[in-house]
Amino acid sequence: MGKILSGREGFGQALLEMGSENEKIVALCADLAESVKVHFFAEKFPERYFQIGIAEQDMIGTAAGLALSGYIPFATTYAVFAANRANEQIRLAACYNQANVKIAVSHAGLTTGEDGATHQALEDIASMRAMPEMTVIVPADANEAYEATRASAELDGPVYLRLGRTPVPTVTKGYGKYKIGKARKVSDGKDVTLIACGIMVEKAIVASEMLAQEGINAAVVDMHTIKPIDEEMIIKQAEETGCIVTAEEHSIIGGLGGAVAEVVSENCPVPLVRVGTKDTFGESGPPEELLKKYGLTSENIVEAAKRAMSRKKVNV
Amino acid sequence: MASIDEIKEISTRIKRDIIQLTSANTGHPGGAIGAADIIAELYFSRLRHDPSNPNWEDRDRFVLSNGHLCTALYSAMARSGYFELSELQTFRKIDSRLQGHPSKHDLPGLETSSGPLGQGLSIANGMALSNRLRNSDAKVYCLVGDGEIQEGQIWEAAMTSSHYNLDNLALIINWNDIQIDGHVKDVMNIEPIAEKFSAFGWNTIEIDGHNVREIKDAFDSFENHRGAPTAIVAKTVIGKGVSYMEHEPIWHGKAPSSDEAKQALDEIGPSRFGEDLIFQ
Repeated sequence: MGKILSGREGFGQALLEMGSENEKIVALCADLAESVKVHFFAEKFPERYFQIGIAEQDMIGTAAGLALSGYIPFATTYAVFAANRANEQIRLAACYNQANVKIAVSHAGLTTGEDGATHQALEDIASMRAMPEMTVIVPADANEAYEATRASAELDGPVYLRLGRTPVPTVTKGYGKYKIGKARKVSDGKDVTLIACGIMVEKAIVASEMLAQEGINAAVVDMHTIKPIDEEMIIKQAEETGCIVTAEEHSIIGGLGGAVAEVVSENCPVPLVRVGTKDTFGESGPPEELLKKYGLTSENIVEAAKRAMSRKKVNV
Repeated sequence: MASIDEIKEISTRIKRDIIQLTSANTGHPGGAIGAADIIAELYFSRLRHDPSNPNWEDRDRFVLSNGHLCTALYSAMARSGYFELSELQTFRKIDSRLQGHPSKHDLPGLETSSGPLGQGLSIANGMALSNRLRNSDAKVYCLVGDGEIQEGQIWEAAMTSSHYNLDNLALIINWNDIQIDGHVKDVMNIEPIAEKFSAFGWNTIEIDGHNVREIKDAFDSFENHRGAPTAIVAKTVIGKGVSYMEHEPIWHGKAPSSDEAKQALDEIGPSRFGEDLIFQ
């Protein structure tokens, strides 16, 4: 495992570099500059940085206006304040307008930690995924967040980039060129496929090592793009391993698990177990303790893998 | 720049189009008729635009935030050459570029989609900031309804326009005191409007929104004002010139019957600008 960094740090670094390379890159923030790591860009390119204050709906609209005038705006805040508070602005001003707006959010999921349930977005992937025109990306670590940020700027259209707050081990170094919509196979396996996004990729890798000790050969897939989802990879893995586990720091309703279930049930029905929060809000607490309490650990993925495999045996 | 008399003829033409369009295809006639004088001045006298090159980078932009007034905009766009007059009859029909509320990706020349109220000023701010970044002297005009300013986002955006001293931006508030559920002052009072914008740091002008001289003077004043955005509070009458529509909330979103349309066209009177629409 590599360096311990948060997704937002990878984002901040990429944005800063792109600022020098492309004068069309601009950034907006709603009073959370340092938190979202947009402050590096703000310090270096003050004329291309727009502080909007605590007004996320206005920020998304302003970003759309900049995009409709040829700029590439990155609008930054926490996940709940973008996907939830500014949902209709994202729908009309960004998506329906086909505006080139990048919405980069941090503090997504349970690992937001002590701030508690109000700030822990666990339904944002679902609502963003349902928006026509929207691309939804959930990087696994700081390295992938860096790659995804750069790739987002090259894509013409709205992007929802979901970044983590908590530092996590870097697992994606040496994966080859990052491509939006193309999942990354971390390891091959024949018994079960663990499809994960965000911080759960590292947990899935650990789970596959735990499974290996019990003689179970699990494939691991880093599904960093939730929309458009890599159907080809899902179908191939369903056919090769016969069952699937999804793992996400999000509700099991409508997120990665929902997206994979849609592909599997329409194309290649195999047993599927979803690891994620179970239609519930989170609460305050240290991130790792919260992940344990809400069933988002490597042990939970191991248990889910065994459940999926047992159903495979019964059904086949 | 078109004369006052020319703008009046064009405005009459736009009003006739609105009656013809909504009578044939449903829609929102009242507010659109009330804003026709302002939109005529914008499209035929004020905006620096080129209908044959709608994506011209240095164009002035018009953001219709209260998208339900789109019949006035579609009429002005067709009459100024953005698309053929015959396309107007597709309004609100399936496969049309002229959606019931504006759809930017369908129709070149629209600066944004709109309809869900309260969003236009934020988008206009983004465009005004862009003009400044590019060192362009292009201007941004945004029209909102009076009921629309009940939306909180308008006041978020009003702070942003003022904070960034967007003197290349004019907001026009179509103050007809009508919204779907009744008179604005009864539904949720927004007055005093000009004082609110003044308190938010705006250059504020109050006019009779049917007096073309006052409309022209207000825009002249905006163009010469430096250091702050300009809010033009335009007092208008819903369905202006159509006796049964004036001041009546029901005509926010009701289409006139063919008899009502005939009466409306008689009362609005003829225009020397262009010809009546012919529906196939």
